[in-house]
Amino acid sequence: MAIIEVTGVRKAYGRRPAVDGVSFAVEEGEIFGILGPNGAGKTTTVECIEGLRVPDAGVIRVAGHDPVADHDEVTRILGAQLQESELQPKLTVREALALYAAFYPNPADWRPLAERLGLGEKLNTRFAKLSGGQKQRLFIALALIGNPRVVVLDELTTGLDPRARRDTWALIEDVRRSGVTVLLVTHFMEEAQRLCDRVAVIDKGRIAALDTPSGLIRRAAGSTVISFTPSAPLDDIALTELPQAAAVEEKHGRVTIHGTDETVNAVITLLARHHITAHQLRVSEATLDDAFLDLTEASA
Amino acid sequence: MTTTLTPPRPARAARTSRTAAVAVLKTETRLFRREPAGLFWIMVFPTVLLVVLGSIPGFRDPDKALGGIRFVDAYVPVAVLLSMIMAGLQAMPPVITGYRERGILRRMSATPVRPSALLGAQMGLHGAAALISALLSLTVGRLAFHVALPHQLFGYALGLLLAVLSALALGALVSALSRTSKVANAIGSAVFFPMMFSAGVWLPVQAMPDTLGRIVELLPFGAAAQALNEAAAGSWPGWDHLGILALWTVLLSAAATRWFRWE
Ligand SMILES: Nc1ncnc2c1ncn2[C@@H]1O[C@H](COP(=O)(O)OP(=O)(O)OP(=O)(O)O)[C@@H](O)[C@H]1O
Ligand SMILES: [Mg+2]
Repeated sequence: MAIIEVTGVRKAYGRRPAVDGVSFAVEEGEIFGILGPNGAGKTTTVECIEGLRVPDAGVIRVAGHDPVADHDEVTRILGAQLQESELQPKLTVREALALYAAFYPNPADWRPLAERLGLGEKLNTRFAKLSGGQKQRLFIALALIGNPRVVVLDELTTGLDPRARRDTWALIEDVRRSGVTVLLVTHFMEEAQRLCDRVAVIDKGRIAALDTPSGLIRRAAGSTVISFTPSAPLDDIALTELPQAAAVEEKHGRVTIHGTDETVNAVITLLARHHITAHQLRVSEATLDDAFLDLTEASA
Repeated sequence: MTTTLTPPRPARAARTSRTAAVAVLKTETRLFRREPAGLFWIMVFPTVLLVVLGSIPGFRDPDKALGGIRFVDAYVPVAVLLSMIMAGLQAMPPVITGYRERGILRRMSATPVRPSALLGAQMGLHGAAALISALLSLTVGRLAFHVALPHQLFGYALGLLLAVLSALALGALVSALSRTSKVANAIGSAVFFPMMFSAGVWLPVQAMPDTLGRIVELLPFGAAAQALNEAAAGSWPGWDHLGILALWTVLLSAAATRWFRWE
């Protein structure tokens, strides 16, 4: 059953639409990602789901409740980490956790949560004295402290160091294992690929694609990447006419071709015919990064 | 659906929101105590000013311009009002505007607790600090300078209550009209000096020339000063003064509510 349903949501600031008819549904227990370029309308979309913004049109349901009309009900089951927010400068980490725990009917124990997010040593530090990454971790803790059924995380790991990022991913996986639904806005393809069951790519306020991460990669043109250093210059060989070669580039003597499995065989046959050896031949799957660029390219 | 394990929700929700409001108040009280500058201007400065002025010998002699009372007698209500102006107009607006500017109110909107709990706590704390400071001024006035305690105690208490409410309402309006805490500081200061003047910080209202006194009495702290003076002297404060004060409180609160933005 879909726990978050977004149908035809529109939201404009002044006259410029920021979200222009977005629809999707997040199933219970799923980790759902939202990707998209800066200013695409991701934050606006999730803030409508959190009930912080009122959509101009469209319907949103969180576990059957309207985030604006049933705001209290929705806030009790939805934990949010906003892209931008602060706390009282002189509030300590401990006080912030205890305060927010008091807001919810069945809060989590904040001590283990703080430990898990590496805040154990910082409990007596005031918010203003935390580093950017530590603030971010505190906000992740505050999103989870109410034992929510749904967590909405807007740029979860922005500002985190690589280890903290990995630890946070493991935390989110554990949270999901306990049955919580996760809606995640991110700019990190690795994060989306590792965590998300499905991903929506939003571009200019509309959904450009919605699929599993591997589905998105397969869909994108040039999902197989072939690269090699030819033993002789390729000047006269028409590589671009290879079947389904989406892009061919040559840099510092190394050739990179985006294509499909078919392209691989064709390249090898072609080179053999010209008696050219392909040194350091590598064939790899394109990444979600490539798919993202491909999907948002035309409009960017 | 025959059985559900959900407890009766309204009861539980009500209990949580009460715990939450208490938690917010406790937290804000702690934060309030971490602002030594604010505490000084609200709770210490007015009484210090009273002591400094009261130490000048001439201010301890009966003064004809004040209707026969001593300057130090007339200055206790002024110190009392000064603490309210400091709390409501100088200290509170930057805090509230900062909470909005930094997205603290917004973060709270994403929880089951309304951000109004935060504003309520701030107003309550500033109001309480001003009242404690008022008691301090009355006590020090009594002990150090033998200023008689207000003869009409209930009238005085009513005047204090209305004065503190109007100070908070004025501060709330300044917060509502200021986008940033810098603007709040600027508007606060612009209103601050006229309010101090009308409370009688430079010249007690009783001693002001006739026309000036009439005008000042129409302002919230001028009316408050007169109400407190009357109650201190032993009569019930005039309904005109109390009425003007109440009217200001209502108008200022309405305007603050009308224009306040949560983000
Ligand atoms: N409060 C606001 N007032 C006016 N315009 C806004 C406001 N918030 C966002 N916008 C505009 O709406 C558009 C979408 O913004 P939004 O914050 O939803 O983007 P986003 O996808 O989250 O971008 P980013 O990746 O940079 O966080 C942008 O063009 C932005 O300028
Ligand atoms: Mg955003």
